[in-house]
Amino acid sequence: MSLYFTREHEWIRVEGDTATIGISNHAQEQLGDIVFAEVPEAGRRVSKGQEAAVVESVKAASDVYAPVSGEVVEGNQAVADDPSLINTDPEGQGWFFKLKLDNPGELDGLMDEAAYREWIKSL
Amino acid sequence: MTTEVHNGPIETQPLGKLPLDSWHRARGGRMVPFAGYEMPVQYEGIMAEHLWTRENAGLFDVSHMGQLLVHGRDAAAALEKIMPGDFQSAVDMKPKYSLLLDEDGGIIDDLMATRRGEDFYVVVNGATKHGDIAFMERRLPGNIVLDHMTSQALLALQGPRAAEVLETIVPGVSDLSFMQGGPFNWQGNRLWISRSGYTGEDGFEISVPASAAAALADAITVHELAKPIGLGARDSLRLEAGLPLYGHDLDTGTTPVMAGLTFAINKRRRAEGGFPGAIRILAELDGGPPQKRVGLEIEGRQPVREGALILDAEGNEVGKITSGGFSPSLQRPIAMGYVASHLAENGTAVKLEQRGKLFDARVTAMPFVPHRYHRKGASA
Repeated sequence: MSLYFTREHEWIRVEGDTATIGISNHAQEQLGDIVFAEVPEAGRRVSKGQEAAVVESVKAASDVYAPVSGEVVEGNQAVADDPSLINTDPEGQGWFFKLKLDNPGELDGLMDEAAYREWIKSL
Repeated sequence: MTTEVHNGPIETQPLGKLPLDSWHRARGGRMVPFAGYEMPVQYEGIMAEHLWTRENAGLFDVSHMGQLLVHGRDAAAALEKIMPGDFQSAVDMKPKYSLLLDEDGGIIDDLMATRRGEDFYVVVNGATKHGDIAFMERRLPGNIVLDHMTSQALLALQGPRAAEVLETIVPGVSDLSFMQGGPFNWQGNRLWISRSGYTGEDGFEISVPASAAAALADAITVHELAKPIGLGARDSLRLEAGLPLYGHDLDTGTTPVMAGLTFAINKRRRAEGGFPGAIRILAELDGGPPQKRVGLEIEGRQPVREGALILDAEGNEVGKITSGGFSPSLQRPIAMGYVASHLAENGTAVKLEQRGKLFDARVTAMPFVPHRYHRKGASA
């Protein structure tokens, strides 16, 4: 298993050819109280950089972009039902969707966890 | 992830610091640009701060607002030339809601004006205060003097426990009734306190010398029922209370009649006119405005925000959302906006369009959350 982060504050946990995607703890802190989440349905194809999910706090609306391309195998119904999970466990139970990777090469150049945690200190 | 944050004018000028700047930072306030200043949008979180204010007492720093003193002979008559309020019969120490209007009856700003003897104490919005002052100086006769009270801070303590909290610090304030003010003294500092606010709850607005503001804010928040509250919750509280926000729900394209603020124009002023835009406003009072400000209940959980389009059943554009968000008290999205008057009836079904997505909504009465003001004769 490997964990990657993007500069858009998304995390990607890769097991075999499956990637689980969510937003980082830093991202949920910036958003504040999350009141709505919309996740993609299984079977939808998303390409890298395309909007794949929506997350809204009391104050702000955000798009979550697919950080890698692939076919969605599962959207997390739990966060759609209870969006506050994204606040309480953003990098665990608060994941957004899983997809089957088209091209693991797209992961090259993403930050690992240590690099991401270091980078956000500079923001 | 990319984020759109709503409800902030775009800032181009260097940002000012308010008297409580370091007080907010020391308490974990997240500072954002607002009305030309850095101000706290939240401390622990908008949801918690909102609900705290509805149950206890929330302390808001609203020192960005403009506090003005208008004095000179016949100040009341002079103010009636630029606003539709009845200032000549204004009762001493009773704040009145009024509006600065342009020649077409468009709203330049909304404000509270309180007679203090022969003078009027006027509180205007922060983002518009410099324009308001320039407008008033241009339009008021030469003998009327306008003081911008820049050495005063302004705090608001709001919530059902506000009177209980403030009474321990400034004895006597709980004798005020809703929309009544008066001078008070706190540790040698002169305060002006009115029982008023912008949350729909009981509460007070406190004008305090800037030099004493931090000490007063400390004295209030030492009380276990009082916490500092940021601008985020101020916005969600006023939206639930159905109160319009200048620059969003009110602007020079809206008239007091469109905005549903006709209570600010009494019988004498309607009969006599003589305020800017009177011809249009009196015609709208008579025949109805083309559009009206309404509340909207939205299906589902997703907030629909400022800028979304309002469509009729056939899909024609009939208006726009001017404020919208998630109601922490009701746990569902609410909004206000303007619709063509024939669709302003409560219960009318409309559709809202935001980022290409359609939402079912229904016109509904405001406030969304009932007001709980402390009116004279009402039980506490």
